[in-house]
Amino acid sequence: MTELFNSIRSKIESGARISDAEALSLFESNDLLAIGELAALANTRLNGDRVYFNTNRHINYTNICVNRCTFCAFSKGVEDEGCYTLALNDILEKCAEAVASGATEIHMVGGLHPELPFDFYLEMLAAIRADNPALHVKAFTAVEIDYFSSLTGQTAAEVIRELKQAGLGSMPGGGAEIFRQEVRVKICPEKISGERWLEVIETVHREGLKTNATMLFGHLEAYSDRIDHLAKLRELQDSTRGFQAFIPLAFQPDNTRVPGATGVGGVDALKTLAISRLYLDNFRHIKAYWVMLGLKIAQVALAFGVNDLDGTVVEEKIGHDAGADSPQALAKSQLCGMIRKAGKLPVERDTLYNELKTY
Amino acid sequence: MLDTLKEKMHKGALIDRKEALFLLEQADLLTVGNLADALRRQKHPHGRVTFVVDRNVNYTNVCQSQCRFCAFYRDADAADAYLLNEQTILAKVAELVERGGTQLLMQGGLHPELKVDWFEELFRRIKARFPQVQIHSLSPAEVVHTAKLSGLSMPECLRRLQAAGLDSVPGGGAEVLVDDVRQEISPNKIGWRDWAEVMEQAHSLGMRTTATMMFGSKERPEDIVEHLFRVREIQQRTDGFTAFIPWTFQPDNTELGGETATGVEYLKVLALARLVLDNIDNIQASWVTQGAMMAQVALFFGANDLGGTMLEENVVAAAGCSFRMSQEEVIEIARDAGFIPAKRNTQYEILEEY
Repeated sequence: MTELFNSIRSKIESGARISDAEALSLFESNDLLAIGELAALANTRLNGDRVYFNTNRHINYTNICVNRCTFCAFSKGVEDEGCYTLALNDILEKCAEAVASGATEIHMVGGLHPELPFDFYLEMLAAIRADNPALHVKAFTAVEIDYFSSLTGQTAAEVIRELKQAGLGSMPGGGAEIFRQEVRVKICPEKISGERWLEVIETVHREGLKTNATMLFGHLEAYSDRIDHLAKLRELQDSTRGFQAFIPLAFQPDNTRVPGATGVGGVDALKTLAISRLYLDNFRHIKAYWVMLGLKIAQVALAFGVNDLDGTVVEEKIGHDAGADSPQALAKSQLCGMIRKAGKLPVERDTLYNELKTY
Repeated sequence: MLDTLKEKMHKGALIDRKEALFLLEQADLLTVGNLADALRRQKHPHGRVTFVVDRNVNYTNVCQSQCRFCAFYRDADAADAYLLNEQTILAKVAELVERGGTQLLMQGGLHPELKVDWFEELFRRIKARFPQVQIHSLSPAEVVHTAKLSGLSMPECLRRLQAAGLDSVPGGGAEVLVDDVRQEISPNKIGWRDWAEVMEQAHSLGMRTTATMMFGSKERPEDIVEHLFRVREIQQRTDGFTAFIPWTFQPDNTELGGETATGVEYLKVLALARLVLDNIDNIQASWVTQGAMMAQVALFFGANDLGGTMLEENVVAAAGCSFRMSQEEVIEIARDAGFIPAKRNTQYEILEEY
């Protein structure tokens, strides 16, 4: 094991890449602190002591979804109790609230609604931007883009161009789950394939929009599936340079229908973040999403290669419906306190990682 | 400083207060973690992570101490004040035994009327019906309070409780063993010397005890270090502590309120406890205050024990923290982290490996 760690250390120092076999050995190792030290080294070389966060607000415009992913506790059918679709006015009100409280970003994703026309989304973007010209709208996953494409009969590129024209600023990285089809058929059988996700995101990057990338882990996937996922992301990033942050999402099992899945242990969560840092050498940012990890693990992750803590979030629904017991929102002062107490420098950023203020 | 410190520890030498404070304030998390992890592996080379099947029985929430960090206590005339009767307590112990439990952690408020004979009677009944159960009960504050109410000296009170069936004393109520801090957070509770005297007395009677620390309220880093060294010094004299259990203040519904220690701070203090308390074998992770994810990570920061499965817990839950774990979950988190899960008794004798 020491040999592996030494070899990885010299690779980090010389800027070489770790192999899939090395990544697998790391996943199979129980030497949590040694993995963490390597990831911290790799991160320090990229980002020093700086830890990023932003002031943002989540808006989930609808929970009605034609897909029925087994890992999801958020989606509802049109006839289900508790289903909702926000009216444009509600959305605009939430955006106004966000701006008033200092938000620079709206993070907006929703279900695949069977009835809303594509124009709804274009009008929504245009209205938000008209009201709040300085607000960055980061919205829609590759899954939604593909859905809009089939709704309209347009290509993904055409859809993206129209959305961009209407005011879309960038895209989050959701819907990636685990790319391997063998896993997807069990956890999200109706969702677009991993190949299609990558194809859509490649198109988004080519159209000039940045995105993030996620990986939902801790359900039915094997370590090799995680590595396959990371490999495909690293490859695409080599080609487009369009990814900003990688966000491993810890699966939340409550109210979901994944048989036998129990949730992610703290050690696995930290290892996965650290190995992601080591493997994805062409991603500048690794984000610990505190909504899914809890505040304590998210903060500890800053010693395991993580350099981004997401943002203030304000109104999170998807993780909480699946049993996440983190708070709904964080104050900027709380985020800064967590970062500082981990011995790092809190830096508020905008969506595109321009630094706004150092605390 | 770090290099000399590392070398010193490598040779098995003790660190001093100044060095401990340096580690707490200046060293990064993984540095302290690595040192603690090495010492844990040296002390527990078999790679076991232990736990005990136990139950908390909080016999009363009526308490004269009224600590400012506590959300559990009530005035005697409060609408939801309670005192469990013997029948209820015995039923709870029966349930513990049915579920394979071995340890009864009975703690309560400082009730204005419960004298030593109430506990003697209760312990005798429990021992008569459930001789296999280890009565690990009454923290030092309760012992001192009971002695005073009963007109007994503390040593005499302890001797009588022991004769009635008390096997060991839990280390609760230590909070931070620095009287300036105690004045702020628990002004009516016994001072640190009283706490230490009860522990030394228990040890001299042949009872093992644990020691705790509740941090994340009003203490300074220096106070945490002082606490650890005071516990180490008692242990040097008596060798009676089985385990040390640091945990964090839970602010909800308390008079103090405010913030508590973060995840990084918890792990650092835990690791430092392992390093300073090199004369105490077992360091417990606190899943009750940290949750299962952090408790698993704590196994790499000096902890070798996951404490009790706690079929019932009321005190921390009253302060807004309600993590629950079954025996299966405890076993799973130890195993998934690469350790051998093992059930133990109160004396840390291994009962079963999984």
